Amino acid sequence: MAKSALLKSSLAKKYWMAFTGLFLCLFLVGHLLGNLQLLLPVSETAKDQFNEYALFMTTNPAVKVLSYLTYISIIFHAIDGLMLTIHNRKARPQGYVSFKPSTNSMWSSRNMGILGSIILAFIIIHMSMFWAEMKFGGLDDTIYTTANGEEVKDLYTLTIKTFQDAQYGLIWAIAYGFAMLAIAFHLSHGFASGFQSLGVNHPKYNGFIRKLGYAFSVLVPLAFAVIPFYIYFVLEKI
Amino acid sequence: MNLTLKIWRQKNADTKGKMQTYEVSDISADMSFLEMMDVLNEQLIEKGDEPVAFDHDCREGICGSCNLQINGEPHGPDRGVTTCQLHMRRFKDGDTIVIEPFRAKAFPVIKDLVVDRSSFDRIQQAGGYISVNTSGNTQDANSIPVEKENADMSFYAATCIGCGACVAACKNASAMLFTSAKVSQFALLPQGEVEADRRVLQMVEQMDKEGFGNCTNTGACEIECPKGISLENIARMNREYLKASVK
Repeated sequence: MAKSALLKSSLAKKYWMAFTGLFLCLFLVGHLLGNLQLLLPVSETAKDQFNEYALFMTTNPAVKVLSYLTYISIIFHAIDGLMLTIHNRKARPQGYVSFKPSTNSMWSSRNMGILGSIILAFIIIHMSMFWAEMKFGGLDDTIYTTANGEEVKDLYTLTIKTFQDAQYGLIWAIAYGFAMLAIAFHLSHGFASGFQSLGVNHPKYNGFIRKLGYAFSVLVPLAFAVIPFYIYFVLEKI
Repeated sequence: MNLTLKIWRQKNADTKGKMQTYEVSDISADMSFLEMMDVLNEQLIEKGDEPVAFDHDCREGICGSCNLQINGEPHGPDRGVTTCQLHMRRFKDGDTIVIEPFRAKAFPVIKDLVVDRSSFDRIQQAGGYISVNTSGNTQDANSIPVEKENADMSFYAATCIGCGACVAACKNASAMLFTSAKVSQFALLPQGEVEADRRVLQMVEQMDKEGFGNCTNTGACEIECPKGISLENIARMNREYLKASVK
């Protein structure tokens, strides 16, 4: 019984949801640190640095392991979330005529499924625009040798040009900002909720975890969202 | 005061119910909500109509029998009270009050506002107890030292009256607050340690079988609970379950 309990039970689904969710929080930090390099003033050095970084992220064996863990986490988090949502809907086949959840809970905590769906759609679009181009040969004709003598694909130019596009650049930036807003709301509940699901709850530390969650949910998506707008409005055109 | 009541009427478990509107007059602000319901029923009986069925017993907030969803919240707008402790002074003359049964697949409607909460009993029966030798040489409970903090937390968990407000308030109709309170009250005491693993595994299994939803940690249950049972209990149950599962 114990084994199936850790795979099939309602609590098991929550553990995995929390575990993958918190792992993805770590991924966000790593991804953000990489993206911040796009804020550097346009130069050959900035271009080389970013492209070498992109090469490292796609070829280093340790990073590859982390990448596959990230893909699995995203897929698992989405499927688990969908299963939980379907199960939860079934638990109340007849709804209330009058239901006031706003008096006892936060909007974001009640709409994790909707927020998650927006984020999943964003991830699919985002990966098809950059990750797939990098992985599946879309950037093969942009390969050049950097000052350090490394053969790299020019992901830098693709990224900057996407957000500096005269016609669609601003639209992409706004769409990106909207997705970050969804991530912010998702994290504002998800971060602390992950700890609770894993049983980490103590009156002494709850306040700290909640505040850390709010800070994380504001700062990380905000820092992500600033980048495309900075590229469009401030960065020198390439 | 005069009020308009919109009440769920359903003849029995097999029929489809619907909301029906009633007018009640001369309601005193000092009446409890259930007394107001009594007045309505007297009016209905006088007219030869079927009175509204609703659960109630002690009418002093300790039995967990009364369970009405009032204006979209279990036990109404006040915090830390059961339906019987809600008073009509909370409402104004001319108000419309929507009264529904607690809604969950695991709480099927028996009649009108009465739901079958035996799913809670079955969760309790699955492991919410301790086995004690009652053959005549039972150890005096007071001879076993219990840390004061644990004794207090166990007591707070045990104040759960099983009314079902947590399920009613939860957007997922989850019974985790109830189940976790019943797990916690024993998990915190030395007497409960012997059966700790079996208890949490079996109670959670039964909870899932009954068709309750999952916990999204919205915290609605904790807010609406008339006894203020804390989410800390759910975290404790999660720990207990994890510990028992990996063994």
